[in-house]
Amino acid sequence: MSIPPNGPPTDPPTGPSLSARGLAKTFVLHTQGGVRLPVFSGLDLEVHPGSCLALNGPSGAGKSTLLRALYANYRPDAGQVLIRHDGALLDLTAAPPRRVLEVRRRTLGYVSQFLRVIPRVPALDIVAEPFARAGGTLAEGRDRAATLLRRLNVPERLWHVAPATFSGGEQQRVNIARSFIVDYPVLLLDEPTASLDAANRAVVVELIHQARARGAALVGIFHDREVRDAVADTTFELTAQRTAA
Amino acid sequence: MTTPASLPATGQATAEPPRAPLPADLPEDGLLAVRDLTVRYGRRLGCAEVTFDLWPGEVLGIVGESGSGKTTLLNALTGRVAIDGGRRLYAVPADDGGGWVDLDTLSEPKRRLLMRRDWGIVHQHPRDGLRLAVSAGANIGEPLMALGARHYGDIRSQALGWLDKVEIAPERIDDLPRTFSGGMQQRLQIARNLVTGPRLVFMDEPTGGLDVSVQARLLDLVRGLVDEMGLAAVIVTHDLAVARLLAHRLMVMKEGRVVESGLTDQVLDDPHHPYTQLLVSSVLQV
Amino acid sequence: MTMPAPTRASTPTSEGYNFAYLDEQTKRMIRRAILKAVAIPGYQVPFAGREMPLPYGWGTGGIQVTAAVIGPKDVLKVIDQGADDTTNAVSIRRFFARTAGVATTEATREATLIQTRHRIPELPLNERQILVYQVPIPEPLRWMEPRETETRKMHALEEYGVMHVKLYEDIARFGRIATSYNYPVRVDGRYLMSPSPTPKFDNPKMDRMAALQLFGAGREKRIYAVPPYTEVKSLDFDDHPFEVQSWDQPCALCGATDSYLDEVITDDRGGRMFVCSDTDHCRRRRDAQEEAAQ
Ligand SMILES: Nc1ncnc2c1ncn2[C@@H]1O[C@H](COP(=O)(O)OP(=O)(O)O)[C@@H](O)[C@H]1O
Ligand SMILES: Nc1ncnc2c1ncn2[C@@H]1O[C@H](COP(=O)(O)OP(=O)(O)O)[C@@H](O)[C@H]1O
Ligand SMILES: [Mg+2]
Ligand SMILES: [Mg+2]
Ligand SMILES: [Zn+2]
Repeated sequence: MSIPPNGPPTDPPTGPSLSARGLAKTFVLHTQGGVRLPVFSGLDLEVHPGSCLALNGPSGAGKSTLLRALYANYRPDAGQVLIRHDGALLDLTAAPPRRVLEVRRRTLGYVSQFLRVIPRVPALDIVAEPFARAGGTLAEGRDRAATLLRRLNVPERLWHVAPATFSGGEQQRVNIARSFIVDYPVLLLDEPTASLDAANRAVVVELIHQARARGAALVGIFHDREVRDAVADTTFELTAQRTAA
Repeated sequence: MTTPASLPATGQATAEPPRAPLPADLPEDGLLAVRDLTVRYGRRLGCAEVTFDLWPGEVLGIVGESGSGKTTLLNALTGRVAIDGGRRLYAVPADDGGGWVDLDTLSEPKRRLLMRRDWGIVHQHPRDGLRLAVSAGANIGEPLMALGARHYGDIRSQALGWLDKVEIAPERIDDLPRTFSGGMQQRLQIARNLVTGPRLVFMDEPTGGLDVSVQARLLDLVRGLVDEMGLAAVIVTHDLAVARLLAHRLMVMKEGRVVESGLTDQVLDDPHHPYTQLLVSSVLQV
Repeated sequence: MTMPAPTRASTPTSEGYNFAYLDEQTKRMIRRAILKAVAIPGYQVPFAGREMPLPYGWGTGGIQVTAAVIGPKDVLKVIDQGADDTTNAVSIRRFFARTAGVATTEATREATLIQTRHRIPELPLNERQILVYQVPIPEPLRWMEPRETETRKMHALEEYGVMHVKLYEDIARFGRIATSYNYPVRVDGRYLMSPSPTPKFDNPKMDRMAALQLFGAGREKRIYAVPPYTEVKSLDFDDHPFEVQSWDQPCALCGATDSYLDEVITDDRGGRMFVCSDTDHCRRRRDAQEEAAQ
């Protein structure tokens, strides 16, 4: 494990689980004549164990972009994303791919807006898979998957079917179960309740509370003010930047 | 009379070409290291100055449009195409003494033994990777026999086990592969390549000639096996959906050169190079 | 009755040929190939074969080897499928009687040089004898690998796993190793070798044979050899060990139970019997039985 040269010299045991420092992201659209889309720059934030940070801002402000940058899915142009992994801090923007994958396997979870369906893999296994990848057994993973799917009211007859044909809400619940099956120390959520009814929204709120209670640090985008107020203890405002020519 | 599946000790005083010193930047825990690999076909460039490291258990996808040099690179890695420059280094397993060897200065017997034992090559066309004149069981059993297996019953049961893994009915074990569908042939090829428990597999467009529904099944299978066996793999594909599903990491090739590389989802979701952006935007959803 | 005495032909070069037909330079070249073959048991040595006054398939490879090693004092026996009296055997014997003036015989024990197609005599050979095989296809890996460059590499690197594929296929199809002719062997723990189309019944005789064994392939111009007392091991599986053919009846003529039998049709109503394929062996046994009875 290496700390980048410009990383923090000390590693306080009680520091944030995840932090961004001087993060900047501009998209350059080469297929559209090289248009530059600045999304944010000089962005700093941190989340501590047991807390949930909500990203606020109008549509297009860059909330999803930031969340993806924290997940190392988007590559920022400047800045660091520091995550506490196995007790030490690691800069995800500088880590080699296999280190990033390792962090994602055990430390960093992400609930995307949409489920990416894997052909032929039944819902139960899609949910169980991250648990097995994080080092658990597939059998225990399936047990936990069943518990979660039941809790999220996914009918049992769907468990052994690949979710390609599921409704948007059903797919999203599978997606949520998949990310809550591992007790990630850090969890990122992009509109997890967007297509859910009130009852299932309540389940998600409960899951988030439980995660905070076990010490997880969460960063989320919640379009639903009620949900946001129920789960987040801090907020982070993003404002839309002007498109530069 | 069996061929022992172990390598002669490295560093023996044999008549081998003089060794250039190993590159200084070889990763300690790596598996394959490629430096400035270049192949020319006369004046045409096949691939140029390709450099990368591969770690155990890592799946590297090579993407790019047709003619970008993907197959050339793969063939150069597996020694099927002569290289005009650069180096290919392989970390031999610890039980063979460990350490990096330069594949191009290794003696041919050692190199062939290494490749037979540690590597698998799944060809785009099953006919290039199967023996069509012998049964499915013999196709799976041959690599075992080549490594010294001499118990028919064991070979047979391993072949049956692998047919099951690749979802071919056990009663087809004595049938000739030419009686198989394209998808079955491809799965048989995969079984033949994985039966010896290699550390590294190379695949060229493994789903190339297959129907979409057949592709899904094969991809699922490959994904599961690679995961389960902790295989490292280099997979060439022009299909970004295949790359997304199988590869941990991608290299994007254009006109023989690597123009962009990184974590698969980074390259596909946030492509930086103009060519990668074009490639990603020209498919509806990957 | 006693064995017919060796017959000696008239003058060696009566018809204007060089001794044993081939010119001395060609013979020296073939002998060099033979020496190399003996030095590397089982290894196929290329040689510049000559056109012979016989078509390929008639044993031109064996004939060239025989011509290169035969001397005026040799006693030659030629068999085809175990018999001395087939067209092929007779014409080769006559060829050497005419061109080398050597004595010929049908008796295995009197021969110093035996050229064969398809059999090894039942009588164990001795150190004073040389057995020359006619070989149609010298390369045992050819059925699987058509490229000569590749088969050479496979030999060089001892990559012989593919040979077991053939045996595997036999067991898969027939429940046992059904290959019964040209059964592949490993010589001296090193080279994979084709024993020529002899029945596998004869393979054990090749192992540590006292006589020198020479193999000549005319069409493919290859010579290989097994020196006296060299290990010749038939390939097999641990759970399907090498086995030779056996018959559930003895030879109908001499009663032998340990010789290789041919099926002979005796009439057009399906009558048949099994007799020794080695005609000399059978006759010798019957002679001995007659003598004992007298
Ligand atoms: N992969 C991408 N490539 C190019 N532009 C992108 C990409 N992802 C997001 N953007 C742009 O970044 C800006 C912020 O988008 P986003 O982060 O989705 O906002 P929000 O989640 O706040 O609605 C938008 O202008 C969007 O079009
Ligand atoms: N055997 C060959 N002889 C000459 N040119 C070749 C040969 N193989 C490939 N090429 C050329 O090399 C380039 C890369 O080809 P290839 O590696 O097959 O690309 P890809 O697999 O990405 O389609 C192309 O320009 C192709 O025409
Ligand atoms: Mg968004
Ligand atoms: Mg190609
Ligand atoms: Zn008899």
